[in-house]
Amino acid sequence: MPPKQPPRRQSINAGRGTRKRDEDSGTEVGEGADEWAQSKATVRPPDQLELTDAELKEEFTRILTANNPHAPQNIVRYSFKEGTYKLIGFVDQLAVHFSQVGNLIPKDSDEGRRQHYRDKLVAGSQESAKVVLSEAEILEEEEESKEAEAEAGSQTDVPAAEAAEKVTQEELMTPKQPKERKLTNQFNFSERASQTFNNPLRDRECQMEPPPRTNFSATANQWEIYDAYVEELEKQEKTKEKEKTKTPVAKKMGKMAMRKMTSMESQSDDITKVTQAAKIVERMVNQNTYDDIAQDFKYYEDAADEYRDQEGTLLPLWKFQNDKAKRLAVTALCWNPKYNDLFAVGHGSYDFMKQSRGMLLLYSMKNPSFPEYIFSSESGIMCLDMHVDHPYLVVVGHYDGNVAIYNLKKPHSQPSFRSSAKSGKHTDPVWQVKWQKDDMDNNLNFFSVSSDGRIVSWTLVKSELVHTDVIKLKVEGSTMEGVEGLQLHTVGCGTAFDFHKEIDYMFLVGTEEGKIYKCSKSYSSQFLDTYDAHNMAVDAVSWNPYHTKVFMSCSSDWTVKIWDHTIKTPMFIYDLNSGVGDVAWAPYSSTVFAAVTTNGKAHVFDLSINKYEAICNQPVVAKKKNKITHVQFNPIYPIIIVGDNRGHVTCLKLSPNLRKMPKEKKGQEVQKGPAVEIAKLDKLLNLVREVKTKI
Amino acid sequence: MAEVEETLKRIQSHKGVIGTMVVNAEGIPIRTTLDNSTTVQYAGLLHQLTMKARSTVRDIDPQNDLTFLRIRSKKHEIMVAPDKEYLLIVIQNPCE
Repeated sequence: MPPKQPPRRQSINAGRGTRKRDEDSGTEVGEGADEWAQSKATVRPPDQLELTDAELKEEFTRILTANNPHAPQNIVRYSFKEGTYKLIGFVDQLAVHFSQVGNLIPKDSDEGRRQHYRDKLVAGSQESAKVVLSEAEILEEEEESKEAEAEAGSQTDVPAAEAAEKVTQEELMTPKQPKERKLTNQFNFSERASQTFNNPLRDRECQMEPPPRTNFSATANQWEIYDAYVEELEKQEKTKEKEKTKTPVAKKMGKMAMRKMTSMESQSDDITKVTQAAKIVERMVNQNTYDDIAQDFKYYEDAADEYRDQEGTLLPLWKFQNDKAKRLAVTALCWNPKYNDLFAVGHGSYDFMKQSRGMLLLYSMKNPSFPEYIFSSESGIMCLDMHVDHPYLVVVGHYDGNVAIYNLKKPHSQPSFRSSAKSGKHTDPVWQVKWQKDDMDNNLNFFSVSSDGRIVSWTLVKSELVHTDVIKLKVEGSTMEGVEGLQLHTVGCGTAFDFHKEIDYMFLVGTEEGKIYKCSKSYSSQFLDTYDAHNMAVDAVSWNPYHTKVFMSCSSDWTVKIWDHTIKTPMFIYDLNSGVGDVAWAPYSSTVFAAVTTNGKAHVFDLSINKYEAICNQPVVAKKKNKITHVQFNPIYPIIIVGDNRGHVTCLKLSPNLRKMPKEKKGQEVQKGPAVEIAKLDKLLNLVREVKTKI
Repeated sequence: MAEVEETLKRIQSHKGVIGTMVVNAEGIPIRTTLDNSTTVQYAGLLHQLTMKARSTVRDIDPQNDLTFLRIRSKKHEIMVAPDKEYLLIVIQNPCE
């Protein structure tokens, strides 16, 4: 405490009885010091504390301890053992006032030893350096003496050599120097700077037009990923196909086609791509307009039928007509076997005097205002048929005797194949055509019957129609002796035919004379059987879809007759008070059929309910002069289409009574199926037969 | 090509149809029988709605796709038939 004591002594000297508690130290001055300083005069400072004598005499004890006054006195530490804060008894009292790191190293430590060793080395090298220096000096002296002797020419070399030696000496010296002085530069470093002219800088820039930019954004949905995969698959398949059909010619053709395609696409208006959507929208619009009819078609069941006691009605639904076919009569109707809402209508004229063009229209029930397909021909169409396996092929027979096949898949309105005078067309109107099963070479073939008395089988061989006469209808017993002894046969005029559903080769032909011939495809000259059916031309013949023996015929002589082909006389005869245009069996029952007459009425019969009368007898067309020409049942839905000679086609729904199934007896399951139908009809026939045999 | 034109004409002249329009994939009308402002409005709004509807259908089953969209309101019915690149919109008043 030497630096502090003198000022303290001074203060004590300055005033008697003054005690200032020095907060910094705990040391005290004993009372002896007071006595010692009493001899001097005291000067009172003005701000001295005023104390009484008693207070002045008060003794204050001061204790000299070794405690650090700055050390904390009550440190507590958390004891994990006991879980509480505990007072630490002993606190470190050491106070450090000053500290300095010294540079004395003990001799025996690592660093000390290292330094000692280094010192040794330095001493050694210094000695050797001294030796070298002395040697160098000797050398220099020698060289200098040599100089004096050498010629002037070599003088320059020597100083260079000297300089080199000096350099080497210096170099020798310098590696030792770092041992003594660590901080010196290791290289003989001399800085030499020079500045060249700075080339003037010039900016040269070039700017192009920025590339066009577009924003691209897309979402990666599950279906987008799916689409991408599907596209990939298609591409792969296409490449596979291309590989299979590789020929250089084909490639060229392919390229040409591609070029044409692309040019066409770029030329054509964008509008064409909306075709599909436009079709759908048209149907939607029609559905809205004819909404009630569509609902009726689907859901309406005439409740009044319950009260009508077995009679039924026909509910008119849509009416199909087209301006272009306005004056043409409906000459043929056919439902498409694949698409249940599509049907074909053939237009032509039955009038011998007024023959004009013909039309083939295909309507869908989903769009009653406009046909799906339109084909026109020069001659009236008299009959048509759709192929079962290829529902896009439609064969038509014309008034001029030609037959033609239309392919619905192809967009042009001309028939794909056509017969001509050379290829054996008929000489009279073709009254009926029917597709047959593909022959053994998988060629399409069909039959046609005409008033010229020929039944011809046409085969489509390599896109040409080849004909073969199957049979010639001869009127029996009418061979006459003509001029020069020729035997003239009067040819019968076929007006209708139908093929048996199961027995392939057997078919029926109806003629203008009113006879029905049962023929076989294999016998070309003889008929299997003849039926004297009607007094006037037979308009239609039709086999029963279920019963293999039963067929039906109708004629302009006002009658409809039902036959068993084994029996020469008809089973049932119905007189309808007007020429019957067409008859058709119902596809859902063996006992139901419909007939249409020229007085505009439609008759529906159900033999299982009423054998003698129609269960529905309803005028279908508006004006009385309108003759109904054809009728067809829809294979799936309970509707029929009826065509008249004004060119209109009306669609009618059959009421429930007309579609009656036999009542199920309690406890028994209702049996459905062809067998049941056959049995039903059989029962009826047996009854009739019994009656006949009895008679 | 003429077939489509005819079909569109027929639709326009059908009973109760107020207007038809063809909109391309970006929502820009190509053909219309209504005035410009109405067309632009219909095109923009219906395009978005059709995209949303189509996305919904396809998200549920990616093999499925939207055939058409019908919005029946008090005053009329809006029918939208989407195609690969185009949208055909017809507004009809069915109860006339």
